[in-house]
Amino acid sequence: MNYFPDEVIEHVFDFVVSHKDRNSISLVCKSWYKIERCSRKEVFIGNCYAINPERLIGRFPCLKSLTLKGKPHFADFNLVPHEWGGFVLPWIEALARSRVGLEELRLKRMVVTDESLELLSRSFANFKSLVLVSCEGFTTDGLASIAANCRQLRELDLQENEIDDHRGQWLNCFPDSCTTLTSLNFACLKGETNVAALERLVARSPNLKSLKLNRAVPLDALARLMSCAPQLVDLGVGSYENEPDPESFAKLMTAIEKCISLRSLSGFLEVAPLCLPAFYPICQNLISLNLSYAAEIQGNHLIKLIQLCKRLQRLWILDSIGDKGLVVVADTCKELQELRVFPSDVHGEEDNNAAVTEVGLVAISAGCPKLHSILYFCKQMTNAALIAVAKNCPNFIRFRLCILEPHKPDHITSQSLDEGFGAIVQACKGLRRLSVSGLLTDQVFLYIGMYAEQLEMLSIAFAGDTDKGMLYVLNGCKKMRKLEIRDSPFGNAALLADVGRYETMRSLWMSSCEVTLGGCKRLAQNSPRLNVEIINENENNRMEQNEEDEREKVDKLYLYRTVVGTRKDAPPYVRIL
Amino acid sequence: MEVTNGLNLKDTELRLGLPGAQEEQQLEVSCVRSNNKRKNNDSTEESAPPPAKTQIVGWPPVRSNRKNNNNKNVSYVKVSMDGAPYLRKIDLKMYKNYPELLKALENMFKFTVGEYSEREGYQGSGFVPTYEDKDGDWMLVGDVPWDMFSSSCQKLRIMKGSEAPTAL
Repeated sequence: MNYFPDEVIEHVFDFVVSHKDRNSISLVCKSWYKIERCSRKEVFIGNCYAINPERLIGRFPCLKSLTLKGKPHFADFNLVPHEWGGFVLPWIEALARSRVGLEELRLKRMVVTDESLELLSRSFANFKSLVLVSCEGFTTDGLASIAANCRQLRELDLQENEIDDHRGQWLNCFPDSCTTLTSLNFACLKGETNVAALERLVARSPNLKSLKLNRAVPLDALARLMSCAPQLVDLGVGSYENEPDPESFAKLMTAIEKCISLRSLSGFLEVAPLCLPAFYPICQNLISLNLSYAAEIQGNHLIKLIQLCKRLQRLWILDSIGDKGLVVVADTCKELQELRVFPSDVHGEEDNNAAVTEVGLVAISAGCPKLHSILYFCKQMTNAALIAVAKNCPNFIRFRLCILEPHKPDHITSQSLDEGFGAIVQACKGLRRLSVSGLLTDQVFLYIGMYAEQLEMLSIAFAGDTDKGMLYVLNGCKKMRKLEIRDSPFGNAALLADVGRYETMRSLWMSSCEVTLGGCKRLAQNSPRLNVEIINENENNRMEQNEEDEREKVDKLYLYRTVVGTRKDAPPYVRIL
Repeated sequence: MEVTNGLNLKDTELRLGLPGAQEEQQLEVSCVRSNNKRKNNDSTEESAPPPAKTQIVGWPPVRSNRKNNNNKNVSYVKVSMDGAPYLRKIDLKMYKNYPELLKALENMFKFTVGEYSEREGYQGSGFVPTYEDKDGDWMLVGDVPWDMFSSSCQKLRIMKGSEAPTAL
């Protein structure tokens, strides 16, 4: 099979970067498997319980970059209890013990402790990049260890984590010799920031391209920071309140004007809208704008800003932009690829006339030909609108629609939204991710099973009538990897129809459905390579072995494929069958 | 209610429905799948009050830091109780004063909180409600005026007997 020496093949493999492709290469023959595994630098593990650290290191001893994901997606919405799992410490311990030359660690939905961070900071001399997304369990003390001990640190990116802010001096812990930072994001920290330390750090980091501040960094500090970092490409503005005096404002404007490389803007966590004009000069360069935390930027201020952003490719916004605002987006942002519209009034307490409807969605689809990803929270939708969107935008890769009220029908015809979503899956042949909502029967799942051939992730809530719905999806969507279902009437018949199917998927989540303990047990019996976890809501209801009622409905079921069997770190209220 | 000859006939009346349920009050709870599917043709539906919206766990699917940030009318804080496996979350803006808050906590975790006094803190039950303020310090619930508390409270923790020191 090999016409070339190993080194040549390895060199060729260097050009193959995607995980999927490298996985395919390793399956060709034993020799390629061996060469590939010894040369693999980046490993992605979508479910930390599918494999264990020892086997990872055994196969990929030369790895430099590791990505790990822990809790299931619905953990983001408080559906997974505290301490369910996803602990990173065992991974770091194993990597340290085996002296892996780790340089980059990316974690999502994992539990990270200060102890883990301390160990991480001391164990890998070339460690360069730490990215934590939706993680929890650590404090600023852990960040201080990273700052103090990682001499080669380039990237510290904290996105939406729950961090206990001890108001220590973690920023001061970066030694004066640290000049290699390229990316620093601490927007999710809630406490006070040592602004002076931050300014000194930024001043000695000439390669800093991305800087995202938290609430506590005020306007005048922002002006100083931008003055010493005109090379910034990505900026997260922290606090932006208080009417500044004309002098501060002028300084800010001067600083901003010099940032000609700025392409991405976010933050505005607290905003005085009158300060926004300071950013007008660079709007024409922006390709990414995230105003989804800026509840105070509304109406005309927002419209004026957006009208200047003609090159925008990514926009994250609140629904206070309204349909009118979305029409402006559609008219202005012809390069738009990704749009996310978040709800500003989550509990429907206000009679919010400014919120978005199907009108805004159709306008965007008509005006933005390059749109391929959308997340849209709205109060109402119609089949006609979805059919129009499907016709305008057959290129969707991700389509996530969340109608705020469960079971809500087409608000004009009062019918279900089956036809609308059906049109989407039929037109968008490349669709990989879909979230459905509103009033939906089994019919929509028939359409999804028939047409959504590339679908990898599907989120279902309050939808469907019978087991047939879930069966249509499992039978039809051959590429399905993650299926998450809540509050839908799917039961054992659907769950058990094709047990082998689940080994072709990463995971299945079902909560508040009709599956019973008996069904889950039968599933687990025939599946040694699946972990079937039952998460029991009620502490008082812990089932005694001899008193079990197999007909009892399971509150939360999470199953996933694994090659390492039952995990040992589950809390008492998680039962692994 | 018809009362004839001192007899309350309504009480003994045979009818479908729970005794005492005079009004139609529709409460929407999680997992209800049926309501919106049938068109409301009966006239009795019109006289019924609209369903009270109870909050469904994890719906809409928005991360909590977004929920807190964007809606100034809600202020969710985590509540932990020593020994309970689950943390809970409550919206501080739903309560106007300490008694309301304490009652809600007592209901949520099934305990009672004892007598509060400025000198002694909470006495009598072994449970002590504490909170983390904006400075990161753990304080006894009840010492400062309600408004000051509700704007600075970041987290709540109900400490249990042995761990709660008698003097904070």
